[in-house]
Amino acid sequence: MKNKKIIIHSEKVNVYYGDNHVLKDVNLHMPEHTVTALIGPSGCGKSTYLRMLNRMNDYIVDFRMDGTIKIEDIDIYDKSIEVEELRKQVGMVFQKPNPFPKSIYDNVIYGLTIRGVKKKSYLDEVVERSLQQAALWDEVKDSLKKNAMSLSGGQQQRLCIARTLAVEPTIILMDEPTSALDPISSAKIEELIFELKQKYTIIIVTHNMQQASRVSDYTAFFYLGDLVEYNKTDTLFMNPEHDRTRRYITGRFG
Amino acid sequence: MTNHEKQKLKDSLFSVIGYIATFSGLLILAYFLIDIFIDGFHRIDIDFLTGFPSRKAENAGIFPAWVGSVWILGLTVIFAIPIGIAAGIYFEEYAPKNKITYILEVNIANLAGVPSIIYGLLGLEVFGRLMGFGGSLLTGALTLTLLILPIIIVATRESLKAVPQSLRDASHALGATQWQTIWYQVLPSSMGGILTGTILALSRAVGETAPLIVIGALAYVDFIPNSPMDDFSVLPMQIFNWTSRPQQSFIINAAAAIIILLAITFIMNSIAIYLRNRWQKKIQW
Amino acid sequence: MAKPVQERIIELFLKGSAILTVCTTIGILLVLLSESIPFFKEVSIFEFLTDTEWTPLFTNKRFGILPLISGTLLVTLISIIVAVPIGIIIAIFLSEYASPKFRKTVKPMLEILAAVPTVVYGYFALMTVTPILQMIIPNLSGFNSLSAGIVMGIMIIPLVTSLSEDAMYAVPKSLREASFAMGASRLQTAFKVIIPAAFSGIVVSVILAIARAIGETMIVAIAAGQQPRLTFDPTVPIETITAYIVQVSSGDVPHGSLEYKTIYAAGITLFILTFSLNSISFYIRRKFQEKYQ
Repeated sequence: MKNKKIIIHSEKVNVYYGDNHVLKDVNLHMPEHTVTALIGPSGCGKSTYLRMLNRMNDYIVDFRMDGTIKIEDIDIYDKSIEVEELRKQVGMVFQKPNPFPKSIYDNVIYGLTIRGVKKKSYLDEVVERSLQQAALWDEVKDSLKKNAMSLSGGQQQRLCIARTLAVEPTIILMDEPTSALDPISSAKIEELIFELKQKYTIIIVTHNMQQASRVSDYTAFFYLGDLVEYNKTDTLFMNPEHDRTRRYITGRFG
Repeated sequence: MTNHEKQKLKDSLFSVIGYIATFSGLLILAYFLIDIFIDGFHRIDIDFLTGFPSRKAENAGIFPAWVGSVWILGLTVIFAIPIGIAAGIYFEEYAPKNKITYILEVNIANLAGVPSIIYGLLGLEVFGRLMGFGGSLLTGALTLTLLILPIIIVATRESLKAVPQSLRDASHALGATQWQTIWYQVLPSSMGGILTGTILALSRAVGETAPLIVIGALAYVDFIPNSPMDDFSVLPMQIFNWTSRPQQSFIINAAAAIIILLAITFIMNSIAIYLRNRWQKKIQW
Repeated sequence: MAKPVQERIIELFLKGSAILTVCTTIGILLVLLSESIPFFKEVSIFEFLTDTEWTPLFTNKRFGILPLISGTLLVTLISIIVAVPIGIIIAIFLSEYASPKFRKTVKPMLEILAAVPTVVYGYFALMTVTPILQMIIPNLSGFNSLSAGIVMGIMIIPLVTSLSEDAMYAVPKSLREASFAMGASRLQTAFKVIIPAAFSGIVVSVILAIARAIGETMIVAIAAGQQPRLTFDPTVPIETITAYIVQVSSGDVPHGSLEYKTIYAAGITLFILTFSLNSISFYIRRKFQEKYQ
């Protein structure tokens, strides 16, 4: 793998929910145009860490953090940062597909609508481009006005990806994007991730270690709030440095 | 009879009693309605609907009364709907979960239990006297607004609560601000429930009499109001007025006016229920 | 692009609307107090609460609120006697006997009873119920608290049923199943298991029904009479607090006079009564709400 620029720097990141110390001293540096998988047992902090990157944890009562997270050399928790702008750059796909109860077309352009973009020809272009990138265009191009809720689970998730792509982010966060889908849809999404990493940087939280080893270039293993190990995926899975990592990936605990 | 048989008998007996009780209220209401229909239906004709009150019952009409009701309804809509929905949104989407918010919420529950006539006293003093609106449509509408505000607020909150958090999450993750999320996603999804509650609240407002009497709605109105500052009467007041007269002919007028009022109430409630059913079918989270 | 200024203005409007609700309460208190306090400077609270005659509009003025309170309570009592048993029986039936489909169909139908404007109920009380009752009770006066109370009771049934039934329905299935497994009938389960388990909810429904009855105006204004009388005889005309306020408001009493101020004294009495009941019900709900996980 060529030497890629690091675009996400996390240094000494500690996160607290009230008295709960949920992330402890995390140092993590992720290169661009790669897929990084965050793995670990339930409650280990991987989803919390993911949500730090687009400041979705801001909504949690009693949330506190210290340390620095820089995306493209900008401290995203700085007071001057407008969180809406951050989320244009850093998109998120959720575990359970959550399309809006609107048409497919309106779903995709939502990120543009709220930013005041109105020009129809431009929007049409964006819709086609995004749905193409999300490998959904051929299936829905004749029914863009149909309600998104009528799509299958797998299609809905690809729609959510298209919607995220429409605002042209740099980084895409995925929180267990296939755990609610059937195997065939999951496979389609994994193919998609492989395609997307050429243009975007992807961080994916997953419970499924086989998925992590299939899809990612780098893997980070979290345990009870600590970042235990971070390495190239092949290395981490075949020759883990830490005993705890080895025990997790061989299924000694889950 | 064994104990078991005795219990079974009591059980079945209660079942029967339950059926009777459930329908007794409705049957009694049906009896009342039929009674009113017989008393008043024949009195309704175009002259009745377009005529003015008169000392002679046969010539009296309800034109100013139902026009007044329409005016009051319209003005109340203008005030109550934006403020009620706004307050509901504030409580559900913005208010921090602290002691002050709790007190505000308790306060609303209390306001819902205050007798309507007390709202009349409030309106009389604040809108009628202090603000100088007198016994006008404006005073009446503002008073009724305060009266039905708690109902609209509660209905709004319930509808907003039903919108799943995942929708808000998706919107925020795409960079929408809190208000954008509410305006583009949460409100449209909850509109059905909000409308239902609002229409039911307005239906209640149309039937209110006591607060309007207190603020100075007139018993006898022989003109059509032209502006919100005009004096007025409403349909329930006209009914009250005629019911208070001993002559049988006025009683018949009252019955006829009641039929009109019930028709209006029935139509509004039906619209609300229709909307509620349609909205519940549409939302499949 | 975020628009902070526009959003701030919108948020201000939302917050302002919420604060308006507090202003309403403050307004009510201020209005009632500002007119009652001067009243109580002229009429002692002691006299107000203990005198047995209420004649502010006559030449020989007496300012005892007891007749109005007794009138209010008499009508309320009758309405509760009608509404609570029937309301609870319906609630038990819907919760423990009826199918979900029946429940779904019937519940909105009961709401119709509550949707009828009260002035219409007043007409029924005066024109329909009183004549019928006069056939059974020959010396029943044309205006009386019995007819008004009965009709008010009918109007209140949905309130009692709705709240009680919600409380009963919320009792977990597991309790019912335990009772049935021991061979109890539905009736026994209802009275021995469900009602005790839902008791606080039922009590709350009764208290709120009482508060509703006390604050009701048009039914009594039309059918119960305008003769303040300290009595518990349901066959004679009486006057309730609410009907008195209507009487004075419809009349020619000059603003600012002592007679006029009586409606605020009556109003604040009414407010204290209903506020206390609502607060008690709130307290009960909070303290005793059975939390079923």
